[in-house]
Amino acid sequence: MEIKHEGRVMTVMLTGELDHHTCSKIRQKIDSCAESERPALLCLDFSGVQFMDSSGVGLVMGRYRQMSLIGGRVQVVNVPDNMERMFVMSGLPALGVMK
Amino acid sequence: MNSQNEMNLSFDAKSINEGFARSAVAAFILPLDPTIVELSDIKTAVSEAVTNCIVHAYGYSEGTIYINVKIQDNSRVIIRIRDKGCGIENVKKAMEPLYTTGGEERAGLGFAVMQSFMDRVRVRSAQGKGTTVTMEKAIIRRASPDRA
Repeated sequence: MEIKHEGRVMTVMLTGELDHHTCSKIRQKIDSCAESERPALLCLDFSGVQFMDSSGVGLVMGRYRQMSLIGGRVQVVNVPDNMERMFVMSGLPALGVMK
Repeated sequence: MNSQNEMNLSFDAKSINEGFARSAVAAFILPLDPTIVELSDIKTAVSEAVTNCIVHAYGYSEGTIYINVKIQDNSRVIIRIRDKGCGIENVKKAMEPLYTTGGEERAGLGFAVMQSFMDRVRVRSAQGKGTTVTMEKAIIRRASPDRA
């Protein structure tokens, strides 16, 4: 995972497998970084994700709530086709977070 | 119906084993020559069921997760994932999409994903005794001379 900052945009390049085990570590890193940088937009880039279960959706939902608390937004980009189904099931696209 | 191939696995209910569990099941069914989507669906469903055991059944405390996989007729995969944890009070409620008792970081999609990604899901649970999730999926036969 790599975190980049450009202006008030914080981009997280997610990689590998997103499950309950890996997401807890990723969440801590993102939250601690977002707390200090206070970005206006948190961009979660899924292009490097090879596997994801619903913990990946939970990760996005949790960050959506966290960013709302500091007045920021979340955007999810480059979700591989086979993982999109899970986001649709969660209702997240209706919140306007999917690009 | 005769079982043509079968494997059993038991391991500690620790989150670090989630990847191992889904990879082991995937490796076992690989001789059926599943498509990438079929394999991904099964790995995802296994990951959901195993996570439920760790988060809900054992509540992050010590326990053992048991997986049994049967391959029938060289195409039907039957996966049984069992725990000896707290059991589910209301199975119907637990299976509702977006329902979770796991806190804000859980999507509440575990059972919905299992049902959507597999052909059939059955849940048997007894409070204080444990839960067994049985999932089935047919792997579409494709013409391949190498197929087991």
